[in-house]
Amino acid sequence: MAARANDVWKVYGSGEAQVAALRGVNAEFERARFTAIMGPSGSGKSTLMHCLAGLDSVTRGTIHIGDTAVTGLGDAGLTKLRRDKVGFIFQQFNLLPTLTALENILLPLSIAGRKPDKEWLDTVIDTVGLRDRLGHRPAQLSGGQQQRVACARALASRPDVIFADEPTGNLDSRAGAEVLGFLRRSVAEYQQTIVMVTHDPVAASYAGRVIFLADGQIVSELIEPTPETVLDTMKKLDGLAEAGL
Amino acid sequence: MLRATLKSLLARKVRLVLSGLAVVLGVMFVSGAFVLTDTLGRSFDTVFSDAYAGTDVGVSAKPKIDVGEMEGMEVAGTFPASALEQVRGVSGVASATGLAAADGARVIGSNGKVLTSVGAPQFGSNWTGESGQVELREGRGPTADNEVAVNGAVAKAAKLAVGDRVGILTLQPKREFTVVGIFGYGGDRDSLGGAQEVTFTERAAQELMLGQPGVFSELSVKAADGVDPAKLRDDIAGTLGDGYVVKTGEQLSEDASAGLKEGLAFFNNILLGFAGVALFVGIFLILNTFSIIVAQRTRELALLRAIGAGRRQVIGSVLVEAVAIGLVASVLGLGAGIGVGALLAYVFGQTAGGLQLAGLGVPPAAVISSFAVGLVVTVIAAVLPAMRAARIPPVAAMQDVATPDRPLTKISVAGAVVSAIGGTLMAFGLSGTGGNTLLTILGGVLLCFIGVALLTPLISRPVVGLLGRLFSWSVPGKLGRLNSGRNPRRTAITAAALMVGIALVTGVTVILDSAKSSITALAEDTIQAELVISGAQTGPRPPSFDPAVLDQAAEVPGVAMVAGLYGDRAVVGGKQGWITATSSVPALREIYRATPTAGSIDSLGPNQLLVDSKTAKDRGLSVGDTVPVQLSRGDAQNYTLTGIYAESELFGGFVIPASAAANFAVPQPTQAYLKLAPGASVDQVMPRVETLLADSPEVSVADRADFIEQQAGQLDGLLTMIQILLALAIVIAVLGIVNTLALSVLERTRELGLLRAIGLRRGQTMRMITVEAVVISVFGALLGVAVGAGLGAAVVRALREDGITNLVLPWSEMGLFLGLAAVVGVVAAVLPAIRAARLNVLGAIAHE
Repeated sequence: MAARANDVWKVYGSGEAQVAALRGVNAEFERARFTAIMGPSGSGKSTLMHCLAGLDSVTRGTIHIGDTAVTGLGDAGLTKLRRDKVGFIFQQFNLLPTLTALENILLPLSIAGRKPDKEWLDTVIDTVGLRDRLGHRPAQLSGGQQQRVACARALASRPDVIFADEPTGNLDSRAGAEVLGFLRRSVAEYQQTIVMVTHDPVAASYAGRVIFLADGQIVSELIEPTPETVLDTMKKLDGLAEAGL
Repeated sequence: MLRATLKSLLARKVRLVLSGLAVVLGVMFVSGAFVLTDTLGRSFDTVFSDAYAGTDVGVSAKPKIDVGEMEGMEVAGTFPASALEQVRGVSGVASATGLAAADGARVIGSNGKVLTSVGAPQFGSNWTGESGQVELREGRGPTADNEVAVNGAVAKAAKLAVGDRVGILTLQPKREFTVVGIFGYGGDRDSLGGAQEVTFTERAAQELMLGQPGVFSELSVKAADGVDPAKLRDDIAGTLGDGYVVKTGEQLSEDASAGLKEGLAFFNNILLGFAGVALFVGIFLILNTFSIIVAQRTRELALLRAIGAGRRQVIGSVLVEAVAIGLVASVLGLGAGIGVGALLAYVFGQTAGGLQLAGLGVPPAAVISSFAVGLVVTVIAAVLPAMRAARIPPVAAMQDVATPDRPLTKISVAGAVVSAIGGTLMAFGLSGTGGNTLLTILGGVLLCFIGVALLTPLISRPVVGLLGRLFSWSVPGKLGRLNSGRNPRRTAITAAALMVGIALVTGVTVILDSAKSSITALAEDTIQAELVISGAQTGPRPPSFDPAVLDQAAEVPGVAMVAGLYGDRAVVGGKQGWITATSSVPALREIYRATPTAGSIDSLGPNQLLVDSKTAKDRGLSVGDTVPVQLSRGDAQNYTLTGIYAESELFGGFVIPASAAANFAVPQPTQAYLKLAPGASVDQVMPRVETLLADSPEVSVADRADFIEQQAGQLDGLLTMIQILLALAIVIAVLGIVNTLALSVLERTRELGLLRAIGLRRGQTMRMITVEAVVISVFGALLGVAVGAGLGAAVVRALREDGITNLVLPWSEMGLFLGLAAVVGVVAAVLPAIRAARLNVLGAIAHE
């Protein structure tokens, strides 16, 4: 198991203004698997991912990444976790504008003070197809290329889990497809574990498994989804929600 | 990680240069001070090694009174001519020359005034022929007592040629001489270190420079070939016995140079004072820049945290930036400092009448202190922002975390505590009970500034709101006002930097104006003389005049009484202090309205003295006591205390009769008070007294009001100097405002784009930024004026015992500062405003 959430609650505010973003979420994410988390706005999918990655604290429950209990770690422990076991891909790419593509890719390793594994690095760079762009700065790259740099950055340190937050949210469909294809390949070929938050059914269909969140709880799950089955499930959930109203 | 830090640093060059500029200025003054003292110090070394070039061993006598470098003039001891014969008899002596030399040969120039010399001595001595470095250029040495030879510096300054007549003031009043020779020094120099030199015959020099015939002040001994000067020195010392100071030429030159270098320490301290102020204000500036940069880089720093950077690495990355800026600023500051040091050394050399400068030197101390100061200041300033950066949550990389408006409670409490400590420290220092009072007061002031700076965010809300209302008649004005209140901490630090400078200027002005007003009031109250003869003192030697003037003035119709005053340092009853001699005790008593508390103060006979009641009490003296008195010349004599007068702030200390003043360092009166007969007119008497002073060009006569004005006016020069010093602090603060605004504009790019998109015109945009700047700077000035007036008033209050009884608040200056601040705000806003107005609307909206 790469990551696990046990009865996770996340409550913001207190008293009257109390809002529960997560209400008793139980979820497991297997190794070498590409899992998508879907749900309407405000369903808590981003909060769940932040909690899983140790970026945000939980109100109740436990989170594990590999064998490490994330809940209960101090800042130093969380820093080490992020450095060694977790990788991130953001919607806004979040590359350092002053560094070249290669320097951005190597940044997590250089922060950790580790030497890159040359062979693996070459594999990653070839997989994302950026060999001739390594000396460019982010501003000289297209959105798709920037996001592929971000993917390579996440992969370079071979983390236990990569968390991707709407990685195609800022890309057109062709660039998005490239990035998603690349993520799927890294799962299939290099046994990488990826957890992706998205609201795009097409993006979700690249995953091997989709879990659906609504109102802070897991409400459904799909294995080997297609865009159509994802869309159907979402419609069904919307229907339920409307009926609930 | 290091590379990421350095690259991001390079990407933000301009704003870092701005913030580093304050450090550059500070470091510049530090290194400039060291370069200047080093260069001048080595130049002095050269001058003195030249001056003593012909001397293997020098003999002098111990001075009667040891006077400190900054305390006044020391009179060299003299010894009889027989010592010269004794020394000539010592084996190993090739030749020995007796010198009768002293400072204080004041040549009257073609304009009727005494030649000025800025710091350099005006030597008078006997002509000893062409020896050492001395080379006759024209004419010959003096052979008659009314002949002189002068050095090139004197000849040029007084436009003298061989055959000219020239008036010279010495221990005696003006005398006329014929110039028979003009001499220079090896290397075609007019002067050694700017010194003016006049040479007389031996007899004239003894009389005019030492005050006694048949004595010398110095012997210059040349050793025979192969004789070691150190051994010869010991032999001569053995022959002469006690009371003589025997040194090798090398020692003499080192000692003389060391004495002057002590004087240079004063310059050094002024420059270091500049540096201190610049660096203190610079800390605010750097702190603010880093805070803003950290705020702007939130996402970037959060990303680093998200991909595994620890808190320490983030702190490290910010501090590395600080170190880099500190290094660059130190290098630039060092370079600028070398320039400033060289320039000041050149100016000094010119004003000192052509001091030949040794090559420009950069001592290791300059380099080390530059880097130490530059780095330490920058890093200290960056510590707080770095710690704030480390607290950015990694999740901020994924979402726009609204930075919560942190409550100001903690910082305000801290501010109150620090201000209180500072205030207490100041009170402690001012009460004079602490050990090192000046340091305690400075520490207190410093803490007060920091405390007030911490309190500023709290104060800024209501005050900035109120100030802003003055400008909010239009929409841009309102936006500007709201912007300046938006981030109270940022506004506060920017304003606090301005506060420091303005508070210091205001505080010093309050103190000096109060002192001036108090002295004026006191003098008007006390001094009962209609006319005063005095001159402006520019060096250790007070201006003096012919004592005959005292008697002549008393004869002028309408003059009722004349009190001539002579002053010097003396050892009275074993303690060194100031002593006054007067030509007329009754006149002095009348003029200062002195009242006796014991004995009589109506007259003084030979070897009788008076003292004020406070000194009498401190020393445990009572009327009838015998007190030994050692003056600058002659032997110690016993005086009898015949009267004690009530102490007053304007006049105090021991008083002896004028007959004893012959043994003073300056045996001529330095001041005289003239009381007119009832009904006599000042306008009629003054011109007559003026004509009496024709041969005493160092002094003039003034009526009472002018005299008091002159005395109080001496403080004006000090005030001007301090104001110039502090203008620098204000310039740095202005840089701070420019910096803050520029960064704010950058930060609000998207917002500005939006405002422009919905129709804000360019002019309106500029007005908005300008209002923000003016509000910040006026706020800073307001704080500065308030804090400065408070500090000044506290000091004045503490000095009440010392006679500063009037508290004067310089309202017009304070108003001027506020007005200036508004102008400063407008000026500071120019560049950021232009930048904001030029924004490309579309690009700005898309800006992240």
